[in-house]
Amino acid sequence: MTAELVIEAEGLVKHFGSTKALQGVDLAVPRGTVLGVLGPNGAGKTTAVRILSTLLTPDAGHARISGFDVVRDAERVRQVIGLTGQYASVDEDLTGRQNLELFGTLLDLGRAGARRRAAELLEWFDLTDAAGRQAKTYSGGMRRRLDLAASLVGSPDVIFLDEPTTGLDPAKREDMWDVVRSLVTAGSTVLLTTQYLEEADALADEITVIDHGRVIAHDTPEGLKRVVGGQTLSVRPADPAQLPLTAAILAEVSAGAEADEIRKGMLAVPVADDTAMTEAVARLAAAGVAVTELALHLPSLDEVFFTLTGRTASDDDTTTTTTTTIKEEVAA
Amino acid sequence: MTTTLSTPRTSHPVMPAAVTPNPRPFRLLRHSLALAKRSLIKTARTPEALIDVTLQPVLFLIIFVYVFGGAVAGSTHDYLQFLLPGILAQTIATGCIAIGVNLNTDLAKGIFDRFRSLPVPRSAPLLGAVLGDIVRYVIVTLSTLAIGYVMGFRITTDPLSAVAGCALAVLFALCLSWLPVYVSMKVRTPGAVQGLMFALIMPLSFASNVFVGTSTLPGWMQGFVDVNPLTHLVGAVRGLFLGSPLGNHVWWTLAWCAGFVVVFMPLALRAYRKKV
Ligand SMILES: Nc1ncnc2c1ncn2[C@@H]1O[C@H](COP(=O)(O)OP(=O)(O)OP(=O)(O)O)[C@@H](O)[C@H]1O
Ligand SMILES: [Mg+2]
Repeated sequence: MTAELVIEAEGLVKHFGSTKALQGVDLAVPRGTVLGVLGPNGAGKTTAVRILSTLLTPDAGHARISGFDVVRDAERVRQVIGLTGQYASVDEDLTGRQNLELFGTLLDLGRAGARRRAAELLEWFDLTDAAGRQAKTYSGGMRRRLDLAASLVGSPDVIFLDEPTTGLDPAKREDMWDVVRSLVTAGSTVLLTTQYLEEADALADEITVIDHGRVIAHDTPEGLKRVVGGQTLSVRPADPAQLPLTAAILAEVSAGAEADEIRKGMLAVPVADDTAMTEAVARLAAAGVAVTELALHLPSLDEVFFTLTGRTASDDDTTTTTTTTIKEEVAA
Repeated sequence: MTTTLSTPRTSHPVMPAAVTPNPRPFRLLRHSLALAKRSLIKTARTPEALIDVTLQPVLFLIIFVYVFGGAVAGSTHDYLQFLLPGILAQTIATGCIAIGVNLNTDLAKGIFDRFRSLPVPRSAPLLGAVLGDIVRYVIVTLSTLAIGYVMGFRITTDPLSAVAGCALAVLFALCLSWLPVYVSMKVRTPGAVQGLMFALIMPLSFASNVFVGTSTLPGWMQGFVDVNPLTHLVGAVRGLFLGSPLGNHVWWTLAWCAGFVVVFMPLALRAYRKKV
């Protein structure tokens, strides 16, 4: 099945002075799917999202949303998109409800329609109790939810989420993931940016990895994990004397791979799937090994980048400094 | 506990079928009014933002009337009658500065990104901010009159002229506010907007007929005073409140109002489009 592309970008280029934020980025998202755009600080994720959502015009290349060009048909594009930017974009002085009703009015829902829609969204995002409070009194998580709610007022077909879970605690992050999943179930197409492979893996149908304004990989989560390595099981036995025994057990569950001591007293081994964890727990218990730490994880973004580019994402000083300047500009 | 996102109550809130690509009529007006309401809510929430514009006329009236009144006009009451229209004009002109300061602060915030990602006419947020400030100008006008009344100021013409005088002052502020709006697009910090606008408005209010009659001024200054928009606004308001000769003051004031809008509104809108 060749699904219709709802988001398509070809050769997007954007320079800010001497900073080459985007140097020819292609993106494609079929209807009803989630594209995860994965990249470190300064990779160009926000710039790409801002171009796709008509806030910036590209220096070269073009992009279409539902067939409308983001530059020439910007007005039409705005009818079908919802944007949750990296930084909150609600009015802090207005209450949650006033914010949503304002956006409803601006989307021409009419007075009653705007009110109804605001109530629905407040209910859905569990903000009804806080609806009458100014947004500046909200916690980080509530603000993020209000921001997302604000971008759903017009029931957009296409939703952009720029690092939707940055700054959320693990439980809130899972909640946000569920929201994204239900949006997709309801038929929306989602492009989300993230710095976590885990998040892209949990939500995305396909992942585009960008670095320094270029696409360095595009694949399904499975495909990407095949390249960068799958999950790792790490175990810390309570008694360091049992390290060799633990290593032997881990080697068994990982079907032959040797266990590495990645930190002092902590062993790690690549595993094929989730069942290895249960398996390891059972065997460790049977052998009488008490453990203080046991975890299953995907490679971090650093590891992904190391595999894809041969260098770590974070050893790039220029990237971090330029990003700081941006945040200051935004704050000013 | 407030986290129940994992179990949305409805599968996905159903969209009222109102987001249609065909724009309904008077979109710009409706959107501007919705955004004006936003700035009204903000004004209502931060009444302390009105302190400067309500306190300033009080201070000026007290200082000038009781300190200079006797010397300048022979009696404090006569001077109050003369001064109040001038103070009203000066206050309302300085009252415009706030919109520039607020917009400059606002623009740096994410909310303007939101406006721009919505199918809203580009100029609506600016128009909304300007329209929403009408309420501030009405408050400034009424509070200045109220203070004057307490001090003994009396309008000696008829109610209709009084209302016309107030309306003219509010209109003047509304038109003049496009200047600070434009400035706010061009400078980096709210402080710079404030500083620049004060530097513009203070000379205008002193080199005018606000505080003294202009017949004693040196000739070169007379020329400046005669074209000064504040001179005409004050002349018009004095005429409408006290029955002094109106001359062409009303027409000159209206011409200045038109001039502010014709020049600074397009400049401001263009700067806004470029900036955001
Ligand atoms: N308005 C701007 N002016 C100057 N430089 C900019 C501007 N916006 C972005 N940049 C630069 O472009 C590059 C890409 O920035 P972008 O914000 O797109 O990265 P990102 O992937 O979103 O990073 P992060 O994860 O930190 O949000 C950075 O080097 C940044 O400094
Ligand atoms: Mg970003």
